[in-house]
Amino acid sequence: MSNASLDVSVVGRGQPQPGAPDNWKRFFSFSTDHKVIGIQYIVTAFFFFLIGGLLAMVMRGELITPEADLVDRTVYNGLFTMHGTIMLFMWTFPVLNGFANYVVPLQIGARDMAFPRLNAAAFWLVPVFGVILIASFFVPGGPSQSGWWAYPPLSLQNPSGNLINGQSLWLLAVALSGVSSIMGAVNIVTTIFRMRAPGMGWFRMPAYCWTVLAAQLIQLFGLPALTAGAVMLLFDLSVGTSFFNPELGGDPVLYQHFFWFYSHPAVYVIILPVFGFFSEIFPVFARKPLFGYKVVAVSSFVITALSAVVWVHHMFASGTPGWMRMIFMFSTLMISVPTGIKVFAWVATIWGGKLRLDTPMLFALGGLVMWVFAGITGIMLGAAPFDIHVNNTYFVVGHFHYVLYGSVTMGIFAATYFWFPKMTGRMYYEGLGKLHFVLTFVGANLNFFPMHPLGLQGMPRRVASYDPEFAFWNVLASIGGFILGVSVLPFILNLLSSWVQGKPAPDNPWRAIGLEWLVSSPPPHENFGEIPVVVSGPYGYGMDEPLVENLAAVASGE
Amino acid sequence: MKRRNIVILVGLAIAYALISLWVGQQAYNWMPPQASAEAVLIDNLFSFMVTLGTFIFLGVTGTLLFSTLFQRAAKYDTSDGPPVEGNIPLEVVWTAIPFALVIWIGTYSFQIYEQMGILGSIEDAPMSMAMVTAEAAPLGIESSSVSQSAELQTPIEVRARQWVWEFYYPDEDIVSTELHLPVNQRAKFALTSEDVLHGFYIPAFRIKQDIIPGRKIDFELTPIREGRYRLRDSEHSGTFSGANQTNVVVESADEYQQWLAFAAAQPRTAAENPAFDEFTQAEQNPISMGWESVKPAPAPMVNYASSKEDSYE
Repeated sequence: MSNASLDVSVVGRGQPQPGAPDNWKRFFSFSTDHKVIGIQYIVTAFFFFLIGGLLAMVMRGELITPEADLVDRTVYNGLFTMHGTIMLFMWTFPVLNGFANYVVPLQIGARDMAFPRLNAAAFWLVPVFGVILIASFFVPGGPSQSGWWAYPPLSLQNPSGNLINGQSLWLLAVALSGVSSIMGAVNIVTTIFRMRAPGMGWFRMPAYCWTVLAAQLIQLFGLPALTAGAVMLLFDLSVGTSFFNPELGGDPVLYQHFFWFYSHPAVYVIILPVFGFFSEIFPVFARKPLFGYKVVAVSSFVITALSAVVWVHHMFASGTPGWMRMIFMFSTLMISVPTGIKVFAWVATIWGGKLRLDTPMLFALGGLVMWVFAGITGIMLGAAPFDIHVNNTYFVVGHFHYVLYGSVTMGIFAATYFWFPKMTGRMYYEGLGKLHFVLTFVGANLNFFPMHPLGLQGMPRRVASYDPEFAFWNVLASIGGFILGVSVLPFILNLLSSWVQGKPAPDNPWRAIGLEWLVSSPPPHENFGEIPVVVSGPYGYGMDEPLVENLAAVASGE
Repeated sequence: MKRRNIVILVGLAIAYALISLWVGQQAYNWMPPQASAEAVLIDNLFSFMVTLGTFIFLGVTGTLLFSTLFQRAAKYDTSDGPPVEGNIPLEVVWTAIPFALVIWIGTYSFQIYEQMGILGSIEDAPMSMAMVTAEAAPLGIESSSVSQSAELQTPIEVRARQWVWEFYYPDEDIVSTELHLPVNQRAKFALTSEDVLHGFYIPAFRIKQDIIPGRKIDFELTPIREGRYRLRDSEHSGTFSGANQTNVVVESADEYQQWLAFAAAQPRTAAENPAFDEFTQAEQNPISMGWESVKPAPAPMVNYASSKEDSYE
């Protein structure tokens, strides 16, 4: 028995290790290995993140002066539309799907996802709709200029008059993105329900898996609404139906309901896995169990449930009656309760620990601080009377950039540094990582804090020109934007160079508890020599208890 | 030891509370001039939330800062921290307190929203009908004279389009591109749009309402401070969205009457139309720097025109 497994393991080591730089060609193939697909998602998404960031820097260049002078107004409108679309549909969703793909099967003790071919198909839709989206820059009339909400009737105006126009390509891409995400969600939900290792009960599952499950359930109930809305809008635009066109008796406000019924919960699809990253990283670098683990885990599902009944808070100033505004104000404010539970639990996890400020921990701490700020401005926005003042102003832009850059993107960087040794078998350079953190934290705050006073003063979002009294804060924000642009350079340099020639990573560089840390870095093709039999909870720091019963066989390398 | 901790905690809480109260008072200065009754209410709500928010932010980040400064592992210390897995009473407290706080914020906001009473009915107005009332003035007067006896006031018609604001005073049959309002009187509006969504937004009044094509939205507010303020288009309305702004003039009842009389005596002439000018200029440029845009509507014919050069607070 032991001889046999030894032989197999020798053969196993001869095979290409997913994540190792030698066999890079498999990243361009229809691989069904969840680890290859995970990295495919992450790298593809990061490529689009850079494009979205470049668009943002041109916008910050335009906004450094009050007049519309750097680019034409139509170009500016195309830039912010595509910036938002790319950052949401091409960066946050795919990159988080990438992490879920890579990490979840390892954490629950599975050899792969439930539906490997579906998994690969879902991924390969990403470059397809990514290309469609980018191609819209080159069609006559340019890309969509109606904002990432694509509110009709503006989105139906089509000044170029072409059947194939930026807006129709945009809608096609969004609908395909919906299909891809639904495929991914079916896969991830099934995997977590059906493929947990023996002994991996619900309350032995790492908090990250809980958040991923909570997030992907939202995709299943929410995305059909957006996808249907996008298809109906595409029909209105291309073949003259009148779902949303008021001139023909359609209802433009109905579209807003379709759109936000998904697109608000979508924010939780994005933030929940990042909460999961925090819940994984804080215990490791504070050397303490996750405080109140069960409550933290369950609170994700409270967020999932509440996320379904808050969408009208995006429409407090729209065509909504007062009673509707008031009901959704209370439901929106309620979300801060489960979220607060998580924040306090992380603080209590860190408190009294033995902290190590490695790069993943720095990014997680920075992300948490910015999340607290975003949460407070979020509660303010939930209060309908105040929202009526700042709705559609830069206050909102500042708020959601604290969420999406300050918390989500910082959290993704934290996760990248955290699992990079596992994915590649190499250590990154700590110095460059810390430089990346400092530039990101300073840049993000300098870029996004000034948006709050601008919004309070009444500067609307989505404008290429503004009144001169807004110049001061805009200049600061632009400087911050350029620092953020520079901040990705040490990140790219760090990861590329260490992937090629970094110090080899041990199996468990962080002395972390978790099934993924029991196997080699990078993990072998089938993840585990033998399926682990889990005998204790996920955060046994300071307790000195075994995580699995069959440690030697699990880690045996085939 | 334990007693000392309690003293420190209470001391910190008092210090945080004082700082929070101070920041909450500063919040009034972050806002534009307080030019409407609604603005007073909203600024109070904002100050209240800033106070609470500052306290929570200081509490959380202060604790994190202390940990990162003083609770670091020594270089060669590979031992774990204390295996504390939770604390039920503490968890109950930090669930109950946020719950109570948001109920408080929600109830307070609800009361304020009720007091503001800015939004009236939202009626379906078929697009073609809206066009008719917008162009045929007598019809507007006729229909409004009924409600006039009941409420002694006809709503000012706010007509939004790409990209110029037009205000129609039905009783005096005045069209203006500058909105004039008497101070300390409830102002009523009927909001309509001829093309896409627009947003009726006056930051100094702290109020905003999307204008929806095909609907007539009743809206009201009370200006309380004389002055000239910006009115902006808060809903992205296409190419010249950012340039679609004008001024609101709040003046005494006398001055307002004088202005009405003056404007009514003026013949209708073409108003300024900055979006159209910019569009034409770009069209004449031999090299196109952008993509095709919806053509701006022609200049409205008005009794009183605002100017891009007008001052505002």
